[in-house]
Amino acid sequence: MIEFFQDAFQYRFIQHAMAAGLLASIVCGLIGVIIVEKRLVMMSGGIAHTAYGGVGLGFLLGFEPILGAFLFAILAAFGIGFIKRKGGTGSDVVIGLFWSAGMASGIFFVALMPGYPPDMSSYLFGNILSATASDVRLMAVLTIVVVLTVIGLFNNWKAWMFDGEFATILGVNTGFLEYLMMLLIAMTIVVLIRVVGIILALALLTAPAAIAALLVPGLKARMVWATGIGTVITLTGLWLSYGWNLASGATIVMLSVACFLVVYVGKTMISKRNQG
Amino acid sequence: MNESHTSAITKEPVSALHVEHLGVRFGPVVALDDVCLDVADGEYLGIIGPNGGGKTTFLRAVLGLIPSYSGSLSIYGETAGKSSGKSRTSIGYVPQSAAVDKQFPIMVRDVVLMGRLKSRITLLQRFSHEDRELADSMLEEVGIADLAERQISALSGGEFQRMLIARALAVQPRLLLLDEPTASVDANSRFQIYQLLNRLHERMTILLVTHDMLAISTHVRSLACLNSKLVYHGRPELSEDSVRDMYGCPVDLVAHGLPHRVLKTHG
Repeated sequence: MIEFFQDAFQYRFIQHAMAAGLLASIVCGLIGVIIVEKRLVMMSGGIAHTAYGGVGLGFLLGFEPILGAFLFAILAAFGIGFIKRKGGTGSDVVIGLFWSAGMASGIFFVALMPGYPPDMSSYLFGNILSATASDVRLMAVLTIVVVLTVIGLFNNWKAWMFDGEFATILGVNTGFLEYLMMLLIAMTIVVLIRVVGIILALALLTAPAAIAALLVPGLKARMVWATGIGTVITLTGLWLSYGWNLASGATIVMLSVACFLVVYVGKTMISKRNQG
Repeated sequence: MNESHTSAITKEPVSALHVEHLGVRFGPVVALDDVCLDVADGEYLGIIGPNGGGKTTFLRAVLGLIPSYSGSLSIYGETAGKSSGKSRTSIGYVPQSAAVDKQFPIMVRDVVLMGRLKSRITLLQRFSHEDRELADSMLEEVGIADLAERQISALSGGEFQRMLIARALAVQPRLLLLDEPTASVDANSRFQIYQLLNRLHERMTILLVTHDMLAISTHVRSLACLNSKLVYHGRPELSEDSVRDMYGCPVDLVAHGLPHRVLKTHG
């Protein structure tokens, strides 16, 4: 442990990794609570996986894959949001189609590349220790946008989440709020790609929020707690993966799921004992 | 004083809700067909009808939550556009409590404060001191002021319903729309809710959609039946025939309370 902190002072890449973990925890704390309470978890999964297509396109055309991921995530967010608002087709069907079409297009684009295929696994499963200074800068900008939007419109978010129809009757443009939230989810996914990757992003989005939901009432309190829990989990995961040379994304995800299980079982036992 | 869109019959009192030939379709399914209704200011109207008869659809059309394909409606003389997105602050809406997420992490007072939400999306919107006082007095009005700091997941069905009424009142409406307000409450709460509505009726128009025949016969001042078409009955006197027509099967009507005649041959 002490060795880890000594190295953290010495090596830039550990500092970048710690910054990336902290930023990821912040967006997961805010957006995670919203998607858990508004039941948008599967939709977020769809957005995340569609982003893989953008990664592939970035490799094929030679631009930064993370920007491609951002572009595809936004397209998926608006596409799913649009079809969901129009009704007709069940939104789970649409999410499923975006989900697999995104993955397929990523594979397709990479296969079109001449020569040796690049290593895509860091985008799928994350590699927090490979976060560069420019990665952290992009993550920081996106995190600031997410935080300001969530805090600035907090009462509107709360009204939209609790009873969007009532807000609509009052004249609040809930369609705008819905699309804005889709955009924020897309940004969150991009922040998470470096840390846990596309496939594992759902766990880091939902686990801290779900743990906070077991521990505290109140929306604001849950966001603060989820951020704190996420920070502890990502930094612990980073330390474990650095010290024992484990896959960082997988370590962080398994740690968050384990934390959820421990809190869940603990809470169930305590409430049973209080009843008995 | 109001120059808006009054018809030739200007002597009539201003109508709270005026619906003309309203039609709503879901794809090929006609949910509402040629519904005409005029709710006078100060009325207490009950709408009954079978499940799937379009009662909730009618309320949602009035609220602008779903588009209509024909007809028009105006609320206190103001024509409501076909599209949503226009604020309807003269209406206080109490949805079916089953339609609201009871596990959402929010305090009772904060739910009522939603009624004070501004229609424009502005940064760092805060509720003023007056808004908070108004929310508290509405909680007082519906009789759950002591629960203001409670999480909504800890409320009983009746308390939850009264909280939704308090939220609608916080809008300071002239017309209160309620969708099955007693669907998920016990008998005692039901009685209290109808007492509350009787009290509110002194200062606002009430439109109530319900299955509750007892409520119709004892509280409501006028009655309409809705089963895709709407039949207006004026005084709440139901005939077995008219109810059978609406529901498509025989329905037992229970006469309740001496001053009210519920059963009458339908003219």
